[in-house]
Amino acid sequence: MTDEPFVRISGVVKRFGKGAPALDHIDGEILGGRITGLVGPDGAGKTTLIRLMTGLMLPDEGKVDVLGFDTAKDPAGIQASIGYMPQRFGLYEDLSVQENLDLYADLRGLPLAERTATYDELLEFTDLKRFTSRLAGKLSGGMKQKLGLACALLRKPRLLLLDEPGVGVDPISRRDLWKMVENLTASGIGVVWSTAYLDEAEACDGVLLLNEGKLLFAGAPSELTGRVADRVFKVSGVTGRRRETLARFLDKDGVVDGVIQGEAIRLVMAPGATPPSAPSENAGVTPQATVTPPRFEDAFIDMLGGGPGGHSKLAEAQKPFANESGKPVIEAHGLTKRFGDFTAADDITFDIPRGQIFGLLGPNGAGKSTTFKMLCGLLKPSAGEGRVAGFDLRRDAAEARNRLGYMAQKFSLYGDLSVAQNLNFFAGVYGLSGERKKERTQLMVEIFGFGRLLAMSAKDLPLGLKQRLALACAVLHEPEALFLDEPTSGVDPITRREFWTHINGLVEKGVTVLVTTHFMDEAEYCDRISLIYRGRSIALGSPDDLKKQVADAACPDPTMEDAFIALVQRSEERQAAA
Amino acid sequence: MWWTRLKALIVKELLAVLRDPKGRAILIGPPIVQLLVFSYAATLEVTNVDVMVLNRDNGHWGQELVERIDGSPTFRSIAFTDDQNEVRDAIDRQRAIAAVEIGPTFSRDIEAGRPAEVQIILDGRRSNASQIVSGYLGRIVGTLAADTPAGERTASETIAVVARNWFNPNLTYQWFMVPNLVASIALLIGLIVTALSIARERELGTFDQLMVSPLRTHEILIGKLIPPMMIGLFHITVYILAAVFIFGVPLRGSLFLLYGSAVFYLAAVVGLGLFISALSMTQQQAILGAFLFMVPAMLLSGFATPIENMPTWLQPVTLVNPLRYFLVIVKGVFLKDIPLAEVVRQTIPLCVIALVTLSAASWLFRRRLE
Repeated sequence: MTDEPFVRISGVVKRFGKGAPALDHIDGEILGGRITGLVGPDGAGKTTLIRLMTGLMLPDEGKVDVLGFDTAKDPAGIQASIGYMPQRFGLYEDLSVQENLDLYADLRGLPLAERTATYDELLEFTDLKRFTSRLAGKLSGGMKQKLGLACALLRKPRLLLLDEPGVGVDPISRRDLWKMVENLTASGIGVVWSTAYLDEAEACDGVLLLNEGKLLFAGAPSELTGRVADRVFKVSGVTGRRRETLARFLDKDGVVDGVIQGEAIRLVMAPGATPPSAPSENAGVTPQATVTPPRFEDAFIDMLGGGPGGHSKLAEAQKPFANESGKPVIEAHGLTKRFGDFTAADDITFDIPRGQIFGLLGPNGAGKSTTFKMLCGLLKPSAGEGRVAGFDLRRDAAEARNRLGYMAQKFSLYGDLSVAQNLNFFAGVYGLSGERKKERTQLMVEIFGFGRLLAMSAKDLPLGLKQRLALACAVLHEPEALFLDEPTSGVDPITRREFWTHINGLVEKGVTVLVTTHFMDEAEYCDRISLIYRGRSIALGSPDDLKKQVADAACPDPTMEDAFIALVQRSEERQAAA
Repeated sequence: MWWTRLKALIVKELLAVLRDPKGRAILIGPPIVQLLVFSYAATLEVTNVDVMVLNRDNGHWGQELVERIDGSPTFRSIAFTDDQNEVRDAIDRQRAIAAVEIGPTFSRDIEAGRPAEVQIILDGRRSNASQIVSGYLGRIVGTLAADTPAGERTASETIAVVARNWFNPNLTYQWFMVPNLVASIALLIGLIVTALSIARERELGTFDQLMVSPLRTHEILIGKLIPPMMIGLFHITVYILAAVFIFGVPLRGSLFLLYGSAVFYLAAVVGLGLFISALSMTQQQAILGAFLFMVPAMLLSGFATPIENMPTWLQPVTLVNPLRYFLVIVKGVFLKDIPLAEVVRQTIPLCVIALVTLSAASWLFRRRLE
């Protein structure tokens, strides 16, 4: 390992079409033998920067030197000595694991004599030995990434570029993947790991933090989190309505950022400010603010100038839903879905009382989307029943649908329609007309600040605004129940805060929320969580309950991710024992 | 309530097509290309062909025949040769589609009242054009024969044929083609716009969004049905205007009947489009599916070749083709005043096709929810 950086990026600008550049004067270095995190929300410019490093694309200004070669002059020299794993695994889904390896070995010109040994080593390393004959398309998300990694490592590269390897991977596989990559750095390989998950960023040796094409920070993550050290507090013992308390906290001076964290509230204070005291409804318990170690996200928000206030105009305009009957708003009884002989969801039961957030947490393909889809009427259950606002989804589907709002993972708006046309369309299909339609759409325009954007096509909106528009369309008809499918994955933390401020406000008014997520932080916003794994609910309880279940001497204060991994392992042990 | 929902969906569907640059291109590009290509380029008439003449006769009649061929407007140029090999070469290299060979005794035989012979060599690779050229040449030779002394003598004994073309007196090719296009453009546009509509939503992920809204399945189907029909009617109208005002095709029948049956025709086409759309997962599959149906549908409709010419086992297949029925109506309305009863007779199968395809589409649609 030399001290000479593997990659030197100097003054790089890259533009696509008109508008703000995708990358705006980026400088940075990537060192050998370390994992460098390329961190930022979707659309920050991570993929563009990686492609510039591979020489597949050239910068408009500035230059990129990789392993001593200039990408503009000698891209071939670079491509021979790097490994690149693109975002949507560059695998051929209709080829088997072995055929994929063979193909990449041919492409990379790996001598036949070396193949057996290399395959052996890589399959061992990625634990894919048992699956060599399986089609790549049939692998789980985690296994696909491991295979992608194996393909990128066929000819031992000096620099390994991984574009969002953690997407669609369950926490266990993600830890495996991380360990593999760490092992590689030990042998001097430089690794670039791009991610939108800020918890991944924390584990990197160094990070380049991008936001909207600008470099916000370059250095060790601890250096970044250091800026908010001693300013992050956990307020525990808040009784009663902690979402309302959080909203009030956020509007106070000196509060930079705040989120719900299980039963506690996490606050980032401005330098020198003391955390506000929480109201004590219950005389017996006094809320206490204790200093807690900062996270990457705390620092990111602080760097962006703090989160939005806690006040939601959307919630203010919402008429409250009275909780008279005490009946649950969303009910799942023994929901089961079979596709052929594969059971995607097996006997899932839970109910959500009015004014609560319920989370379905689990890796991709575990069955959380299937459960979610059965509950909003997109899939017919093979057995069991689901109810929304008391209406059976099979018999009174239309009644039930009138009472639910739905926001899909990819903000499925009509991209070619303008903002105003999208709002009008959703108002129309939910049966709003005349005065009420005008009033509701006007309100959304006001709340979300669409005023000047009304004529713009939805597809041209920046990601954060798309997310706002999707929320606006989902709540136009004042639904009793909101279904959110991975609502904030990939959006920047400020937009995410704003989103949850609205959701928290609506929940306070009695709206009931079902959310799916594989984002561990997001899970903490929920009142209760069902952990879905391999089609079954393996744990159900409040985030703190789940964490308590796995707390032991070795790990007294587990994170949500620790809890997830421990609970999955326990479930597997039980299965093995049975 | 249901009307508010449906209206919102219809407006959205129209906007989705019109605001998408690719969608707009589909609405404007193919219709113009089709109109130009079919009405000007893809003509079945034979004009501008080159022939070669090998005249080995030195008499008056050989010269007369050459002059008559030369005077015909059908032939662009006439090459003369006196070498058999050159004839072979010219046909072989497609420099001439036909060669006329006049024997050395041609004039002598005519004068003597003996049967005289002219040989016509045709390029069989271009069978259709060759046949037509052969017809032209045959007619020229025939009139020459009538003017020979022997011909004049027997004139009183032969039968003179007088041909008159009804409905299209000059056999203007465009009178035949442009009404056909009115039907085929509606097929093209109706099929593609509909086939894309659901596939596009599925690709963008907005389809789930529709399915969780209070819109009922039949409302979604109606909402998906009406906009392409409106677009189809628009194109039909533009083509009718072009037919009348640009190509001067007479409009002898009732427009009311034409539009009345067009609604059912479009419903049948859009039903097919929805069926294809419900089957496909991506826009690419939808486009492919639409063309997979459209090409045979055009060939098996009587558009270019009469259905009666097709083998009997193939003819029943044309019965499920909506284009077949509507072609009869369009041509009937334009070129002759087609009676109501005939229009109804052709519209009933269209209704049946529409019913079947729409039910199939809605069944497929519901099944996809499972």
